[in-house]
Amino acid sequence: MASSEIARYLSVAGQRVALDPEGYLVDLDQWSPEVAQALADEENLRLEPAHWEVIEVLRDFYQRFEQAPAMRPLVKAVGMSLGKDKASSIYLMKLFPGSPAKIGARLAGLPKPANCL
Amino acid sequence: MSKRGFAKEAEEEVRAMNDTQTDLQGDLLVILRHGPHGSSLLREGLDMALVAAAFGRRVSLLFMGTGCTALVSGQGQGPLGQKGTQATLNMLEMYDIETLLVESEAMHALGLKACDLSLPVIEVSPAQIQAAMTTHRLVATF
Repeated sequence: MASSEIARYLSVAGQRVALDPEGYLVDLDQWSPEVAQALADEENLRLEPAHWEVIEVLRDFYQRFEQAPAMRPLVKAVGMSLGKDKASSIYLMKLFPGSPAKIGARLAGLPKPANCL
Repeated sequence: MSKRGFAKEAEEEVRAMNDTQTDLQGDLLVILRHGPHGSSLLREGLDMALVAAAFGRRVSLLFMGTGCTALVSGQGQGPLGQKGTQATLNMLEMYDIETLLVESEAMHALGLKACDLSLPVIEVSPAQIQAAMTTHRLVATF
């Protein structure tokens, strides 16, 4: 769930972006590609086109269903829009090491997925 | 009707019954008895279904009584701007929750037809509801 508690600020191009205790955006409207890259820097991730297309899938998912996806539906959504060969948790683990659903949601400017393992 | 014709018909009936039986199997049956407004029970029931599905359980939903109104098309958000349940219902297929049962008697009592609903459903009789409760390992009522 989106939290309204501000734990710290991230400075992106002169803009102060509030983050909750788990590092998710407090105001989802503050998201921009620059914010995504700044959040990725904290994970030591360089965002390549392969990352951006998954971020796009995540943002579409949230637009349609008003919730961030857990792992299984994320894999399914990726398969539906990016093709079957990318619809695997191993592929997503390589892009977003650790927990793709959680880290992906954070970088895509979504709330933390509620039903995530 | 010839004896043979009758036997064939009976056989088909049994096959049809078996087909619905396999449809109705699963790990968890979540029964939703409340509409989208007035309480958060519908949302809580859906949340439980999503959590179970995220863990790979096979989940079926059964809408009973006023719970059937949750599926009526064309619902918006409330004036308070809180999230509606329609988006969550549309998301069910992404979690592979595809067995949506509705109580046939309630549909009739509420004057609803399957075409008034936003998702494809299976209308079930009291006997089929009874069967669904025995073919799911866990039943939760909201």
